[in-house]
Amino acid sequence: MPTPGLPVHIAVALEGAGWHPAAWREPGARPAELFAARYWAGLAGEAERGLLDFVTFEDSLSLQSADPAGPDERTDQVRGRLDAVLTAARVAPLTRNIGLIPAVTVTHTEPFHISKAIATLDYVSTGRAGLRVQVSARRDEAAHFGRRSFPRVRPGDPAAARLARDLFDEAADYVEVTRRLWDSWEDDAEIREVATGRFIDRDKLHYVDFERRWFSVKGPSITPRPPQGQPVVTALAHGSEAYRLVGRVTDLGYVTPRDARHAHDIVTEIRDAQAAAGRAAETVHVFGDLLVFLDRDAVTAAARKARLDERAGAEHASDALAFTGTPPQLADLLQDWQRAGLSGFRLRPAAIPHDLTQITRGLVPELQQRGAFRRAYEAATLRGLLGLPRPANRYALA
Amino acid sequence: MSKPAKQVHLAAHFPGVNNTTVWSDPRAGSHIDFSSFAYLARTAERAKFDFLFLAEGLRLREQNGKIYDLDVVGRPDTFTVLAALAAVTDRLGLAGTINSTFNEPYEVARQFATLDHLSAGRAAWNVVTSWDAFTGENFRRGGFLPQDQRYERAKTFLRTAWELFDSWQGGEILADRDSGMFLAEADVGRFAHHDTHFEIAGRFNVPRSPQGGPVIFQAGDSDEGREFAASSADAIFSGHSTLEAGKAFYADVKGRLARHGRSPDQLLILPAATFVLADTDAEARDLAHEVRLQQVSGATAIAFLEQLWNRDLSGYDPDGPLPEIDPDPGEHTIARGRASVRMHRDPFATANEWRAKAAAGNLSIRELIIEVTGRQSFIGSPATIATTINEFVQADASDGFILVPHITPGGLDEFADTVVPILQERGVFRAEYQGSTLRQHLGLAPRAAGRRRAVARAAS
Repeated sequence: MPTPGLPVHIAVALEGAGWHPAAWREPGARPAELFAARYWAGLAGEAERGLLDFVTFEDSLSLQSADPAGPDERTDQVRGRLDAVLTAARVAPLTRNIGLIPAVTVTHTEPFHISKAIATLDYVSTGRAGLRVQVSARRDEAAHFGRRSFPRVRPGDPAAARLARDLFDEAADYVEVTRRLWDSWEDDAEIREVATGRFIDRDKLHYVDFERRWFSVKGPSITPRPPQGQPVVTALAHGSEAYRLVGRVTDLGYVTPRDARHAHDIVTEIRDAQAAAGRAAETVHVFGDLLVFLDRDAVTAAARKARLDERAGAEHASDALAFTGTPPQLADLLQDWQRAGLSGFRLRPAAIPHDLTQITRGLVPELQQRGAFRRAYEAATLRGLLGLPRPANRYALA
Repeated sequence: MSKPAKQVHLAAHFPGVNNTTVWSDPRAGSHIDFSSFAYLARTAERAKFDFLFLAEGLRLREQNGKIYDLDVVGRPDTFTVLAALAAVTDRLGLAGTINSTFNEPYEVARQFATLDHLSAGRAAWNVVTSWDAFTGENFRRGGFLPQDQRYERAKTFLRTAWELFDSWQGGEILADRDSGMFLAEADVGRFAHHDTHFEIAGRFNVPRSPQGGPVIFQAGDSDEGREFAASSADAIFSGHSTLEAGKAFYADVKGRLARHGRSPDQLLILPAATFVLADTDAEARDLAHEVRLQQVSGATAIAFLEQLWNRDLSGYDPDGPLPEIDPDPGEHTIARGRASVRMHRDPFATANEWRAKAAAGNLSIRELIIEVTGRQSFIGSPATIATTINEFVQADASDGFILVPHITPGGLDEFADTVVPILQERGVFRAEYQGSTLRQHLGLAPRAAGRRRAVARAAS
């Protein structure tokens, strides 16, 4: 278990004008710019000035909705989004050190396309790419593709459990084939050997020959091995199937504990899944997701949350714990949960840019003073920042 | 006041994975590092080019059952690298080839709408088909499309994508803090498309982009391809590099537009063109021959021969005569994943032509392949090349060219420094960008917001 004062990792989850549905109406918000490159470049730049490990970019294959089962008819919330992988790529050349992790829906996309897209994100960022794999059981999203359909299920149905298991099994396969495609070129495959006229040594390119239930992929990738070897694979996990996915195949899971005890229990479950998959010796980060309302004093923070909730017409319900308070108070909680076994946190700013700058200019200096956060970027890649070694190529060992 | 001369359009093609690219030259840089793409893009932009162009390949090429290793291998993902290039350019169009077979319209439409947003209106889509089971082995649905359905699939894919782009007409986003209305209306992005290829319906989740959608390129030379371009494209990326063939193609394609209710300036003809520049025409000719020798090694020559003969010819000497035996008839299996093999429509006739040519010129295999696989389009001094380009355009043999340098990424530098200024001085190429979107650079009118379709809500 990490001891206090040990460095903690901090990431920020970027989403529209902020995670609170009324955030777009706040004085500092820029809701008319949500589809402009400069907006996202500005947020990434601020996060980088705050020396954060990485930012994530949310995404989905449907409109945002207050209804989890399908689209709604609201006009008072942000609707419409940009593709996250391309947004990450757009800001990559304008940043130098911060990691960039877009969300990808594995249920409806081609692993061959995503593997080369993330490999390319790694190239355009010189080694700072990752991805957040997510599954989708939504019937409306499936209808956007017309290739598969899902039954109507209620939480608690046995059918719902079966569906979740299948979706996460497919996600595990998707990650496996993506990782194989990243390794399908050995690092030194490109030889440019003038004497023999060979640009590549074809023996250093490998078919991945993946054939499983949901897809088969031949390979090799069309894109050479990414600079990091393996970009960072992450997933958001709320329950056992997802904890198993995190432990089995990812480098980092985001979880939503209610308190330190809960965090400890979740970490245990993930470590068990990790061990069962033969990965006990590997580093799998577990980050706590928190929705944060931050101000200089707790009363102001609470009042702002109350105003936002009133504007939205209801108290905002989140899968993540909502923290309302000051940066030092948040630092106390983070260190407490770190002692429970979490190695980092992905903070969801309730309002952008307000809560983002509270993190970069309030929380970060506080953690630095406690010796718990970096004072300068110490590595050039995202794996480096997360203490993950550059892995050997699985095909090169053969 | 006299009418200004017809303007030339120029674009740059990042070459990569064909033998056009001379990777063995000491000046040749990386074909995968972002710095190479950024370098070529910046060169094109300082030369005021209309756009940068990327091709596509979704399976590494093979020959005789082995991965082809003589040319550049390896390329980035097209959408991702274009999005990154939007960060290091300001006006340059960003054109990517994306196929209509191993993709889904909802995802591709999201990606192009996003690229157009993130580049403030500079995205373009070269719509291509691929149908082969070889490439299909990388995808969930495999090689499922019969070859004769490829244009139908492409047409319906493109039509569906436009329905998605047009599902937001513009103006839906109010972002009005005071009233609390982010959207002007509730039912944004609604679409439904039902045919044999696509049964999809719902809500598109990317608002209308600055150009309304990407500029559309198409690259067909067949009758069906020309019709497809005439009905649906803004620019046709193919053509013929001799003046007479160019004029015939131009007249044919532009002549089809009226039937589709379009005028000649609504479809640009932009063939690809290679070039060799030197101080004098004579030096350029010598250099061109050197480049051809670099592009067509003995091994490459045998490989090209095999692509026509459809059999293993590794026993032949590239400095010796052509094979006496005939091409292997039947399904083409020797070379996989390569568009050019599909151009040999009558291998026996072509083999006979090549044998005749070799005999007439006493040419070895290598010399013959150099001869028949494409001499550079433009060879000469800067003035000669500028004059030739301008003549083609003024004679209506093209509306411009997509230039393919053979050295990456610096192979466009000299062209930008020496040829472009001549065209600018002659008043036939822009000295400054006038507009900011790719449609503006190409002289295309803004695309009207789609008409709101009365789309019945699908029962869910």
